[in-house]
Amino acid sequence: MAKKKKNKKVKSKAIKGQLGKKKETAREKMIGQTIGYRYDVNLLPDYTRLTPFLKKYIEAMGWDDLNWLEDVHMGYEENRPAVFDRNANGWVTIPKKIKLPNNQQDRDMIARELLVKFQMSPNHPLVDLKKAYRKF
Amino acid sequence: MANLKTTEKKTKAQSMGMHTEVLTGKTQQKFFNPDEAENFYYWGTYDVDFNKRTDLDVKDLDCKQANRKIDELMSQGYGTIVIKNPQGKHSLGVGILNKLNLIFEGSLGYFGVGSIDGPMVRVNGRVGWSCAENMMAGKVVIEKNAGSCFGAAIRGGDLICKGSVGARTGIDQKGGTIIIGGDAGAFTGFMMQRGRIVILGDVGINLGDSMYDGTIYVGGKIGSFGSDAVESPMTKSDIDWLKRKLKVAEIGDNFDVSKMTKVVAGKKLWNYDALEPTEKKGAI
Repeated sequence: MAKKKKNKKVKSKAIKGQLGKKKETAREKMIGQTIGYRYDVNLLPDYTRLTPFLKKYIEAMGWDDLNWLEDVHMGYEENRPAVFDRNANGWVTIPKKIKLPNNQQDRDMIARELLVKFQMSPNHPLVDLKKAYRKF
Repeated sequence: MANLKTTEKKTKAQSMGMHTEVLTGKTQQKFFNPDEAENFYYWGTYDVDFNKRTDLDVKDLDCKQANRKIDELMSQGYGTIVIKNPQGKHSLGVGILNKLNLIFEGSLGYFGVGSIDGPMVRVNGRVGWSCAENMMAGKVVIEKNAGSCFGAAIRGGDLICKGSVGARTGIDQKGGTIIIGGDAGAFTGFMMQRGRIVILGDVGINLGDSMYDGTIYVGGKIGSFGSDAVESPMTKSDIDWLKRKLKVAEIGDNFDVSKMTKVVAGKKLWNYDALEPTEKKGAI
C-alpha cells in the first residue's frame, strides 16, 4: 500500500514590520524607494524611556517635553535603520556598532538622540549651505 | 498594453530624460558620528540667555523693521524679549530659528510667528489668520482666540490656543501638536498628514476631511466627520499623553480626557501607489 505523503507545513517567519526585513514589493523594487510607512508614525512617546541626553536637550531648549521630536521615529532606508533629517531632507543611517532594542519606543528615543546630535554637528550638510547662501 | 516594469519602457523613459538619476533614496552615512560633543548648539544660531530680558516697542515700526530688530536683540544675547504695542500688525515674529522667549503684549494680525524653529512664544491677545503656519519647533501660546487656518502646514512643536479658533485649523498639518481650549470651526484637520490636534470644546462640520494620517482628539460635539475620517478607540497611551500634554498647554486641568473622541484616517484614500503608474504611463 502506498504511503500517503504528508504535506509538511512550511513555517514562515514573521518578518512583517521587522526593521529592515520586510520584503519589497515589485513596485518598490522598480522605483528603488519604499512606499508608505513600515513603522507606526502615530506612536505617542513613552516619557519613561527618555535618554539622559534627551533630558539635557529639553532643559537646554527650555521646553517641557520632547516638542518636535515627538514626530521623530526610527525608520529605515536601503535595508538599514535610519532616521529622517528634515533639515537635510535625507535619511541618516544608524552606525552599525549601535545595537538597536526590540521595541519601537526605545528605538525612537535612540533615533531622536542621534538626530539631534547630527543636526548640532559641525559636519551637518546645512552648515556648508548656510555658509554659502545665508543672507543675514 | 504598456507594462512599466519592462526594461524597454524604462529605457524609453530614460532616453526621454525622465530618469536622470538613480532613484535609491537620499541616504547620508558619511557625515554621521554619534560620539560628537554634546554642545546643544545649532550652527549659525545665537547663543542667548533666557535671564537676559529686554522690551521692544514696535508702535512706530513696520513688520520688517520689527523682525530685524528682534534678530538684532538675539545677536546681543537677549533670551527674553517683550514686544510692546504690536497693534495687530501682520507677520510679526516670523522666521525665528533660535531658542528664545518671546512675549507679545497685545494682538497679532495675519501670519504671526510663521516659519519658526525653536522659540517659546506667548501672545497676550488674539491672532489673525494662519498663525504659526509652517512652524517647525517650539511652543506658541495664544491667550485669547485665533482666526482661520490656525497652524496651517505646521511640521512640529506645540501650538496652543486657550480660546476658540476659526475654520481649517491644522490644514495640511505634517507634524506637531495643536491644542484648542475652546471650539474649532469647519474643516478642522483638513488634509492633515501627520501630527495631533486636541480640541477640548466642540468642532464644526467635516472634521478631518481627506486626512491621510495623524490623530484628532475632540472633547465636545462633532458637527460631522469629513471624507475618510473615522472614530477610533482611545488607548491608555492616548490618555497618558493627553494628560501630560494638557498640563504643558496650561489648560484643561480638570478635563476628563478618557471621554474624548479619537478620530483617525480610514486610509481608504491611500491609493497613490495604484494611481502613480497610471500617471507615469500617461506621461510616457
